[in-house]
Amino acid sequence: MSAEQAKKRTLLAVIGDEDTITGMLLAGIGQIDNDAGEDYKQKNFYVVDAKTTDEQIASCFDHYTIDRDDIAILLINQHLAERIRYKVEDYTAAFPAVLEIPSKDHAYDPEKDSVLKRVKRLFGE
Amino acid sequence: MSGAGNREQVFPTRMTLGLMKTKLKGAETGHSLLKRKSEALTKRFRDITKRINDAKLKMGRIMQTASFSLAEVTYATGTNNISYQVQESVGNKARFKVNAKQENVSGVKLPAFQAFIDDSINDFKMTGLGRGGQQVQKCKLIYSKAVETLVELASLQTAFVILDEVIKVTNRRVNAIEHVIIPRTDNTIKYINSELDELDREEFYRLKKVQEKKQQQLEEAEREEELKKQKLIEKATAAKKLKEEEAAREAEAARVAKAAREAEAEAEEKAKEKAEENIKDKAEEKESEEAEQEEQEETNEEEATVDENEKKTEEVETKNTTTYDAAEEANDVLEIQDKANEIPSDLINGDDDDDVIF
Repeated sequence: MSAEQAKKRTLLAVIGDEDTITGMLLAGIGQIDNDAGEDYKQKNFYVVDAKTTDEQIASCFDHYTIDRDDIAILLINQHLAERIRYKVEDYTAAFPAVLEIPSKDHAYDPEKDSVLKRVKRLFGE
Repeated sequence: MSGAGNREQVFPTRMTLGLMKTKLKGAETGHSLLKRKSEALTKRFRDITKRINDAKLKMGRIMQTASFSLAEVTYATGTNNISYQVQESVGNKARFKVNAKQENVSGVKLPAFQAFIDDSINDFKMTGLGRGGQQVQKCKLIYSKAVETLVELASLQTAFVILDEVIKVTNRRVNAIEHVIIPRTDNTIKYINSELDELDREEFYRLKKVQEKKQQQLEEAEREEELKKQKLIEKATAAKKLKEEEAAREAEAARVAKAAREAEAEAEEKAKEKAEENIKDKAEEKESEEAEQEEQEETNEEEATVDENEKKTEEVETKNTTTYDAAEEANDVLEIQDKANEIPSDLINGDDDDDVIF
């Protein structure tokens, strides 16, 4: 939990639809490690399309949050986070920070944000 | 947990009492410190939650703008393969990275992410080369800004998570100290105090008992001594009586003796008187004889001178007889005295009736 862990965590990771990923990559967060095994393990971004199942999203989420130790922030589209809400709700670690972001097709709803829910619960609103 | 019987298992000694008091003091100090820490953290926490709320809303707006610019890019490039191009041209080094800095809030280290852009890396040199290059550059800038905002938000969120946990732990400690440790230590101190008081009372009672016993023994001894004393006094008085009696007897004897002596003296005097009388008588006789003789001498002066020698012898003879009589009288007096001496022995046997006799 200490901030020491954050030292080597320098990357941002994204789970999102194609447009969000494109935008993030244009900003320059992308990094591909060709030595790592499977396809989604090489990259620090995961494109979710119509065919992607909830299980795949969940395993990718676990991979980014648990397996990899170089990710500081995990960005995930809110509508995808809804699909694996139980995982996002259960996730309480400080690193990497999981951040729900709006997508082009789905407007941002603060009511659904896990962190904001916690904030509201703490202050009894 | 905070029942009256809840206390630490200790021996009720003064040392433990001191230890417990120190512990209580420490617990109170710790409690106040932790409480203050918790308050400071909570203050920070509230601040952060407010900023998170604002940042989330801001992020919504920014992402909207970014999406719009991406749509512009898609429109400008005219093809649908822009995302494919972008994904394929990602290199093995990220251009956009974050650095974690530490911030210290009441001993809690909070990470603060900072966006770090390595300008030497440009994976998208060819992207938008055909069409819409300007839009692509604009989109890149907008998205970079958006991600910077996201990084800021992420650091706030991390701080929120860490603070949340630390506050929970701190509050748990505060509550544990307030509701468990302090009451328990208090109970222990009370217990020790009551036990010590009980011991004191016991000791006091014991001492009192011992004193009582001692007093009883003392009284008994005194009584015995008194009895002894009384006996002694009785003895002494008896002895005194005896002595007195003896003294009385002696006195009586003395008195008797005195009386006897007096009687003796009297007798002697009498005897003397008698003797004197006798002597006087003799003297008178003598005088009368002398007078007779003188008369005779006067009458027959001539004869006197003749019978002078005879007379002288006669005188001597009378004198001798008078002395003889006196001696006899003295013997009588001595006899009386002896009789008087015999009286006291009768008196001694006849007790206190001496006054009657004398």
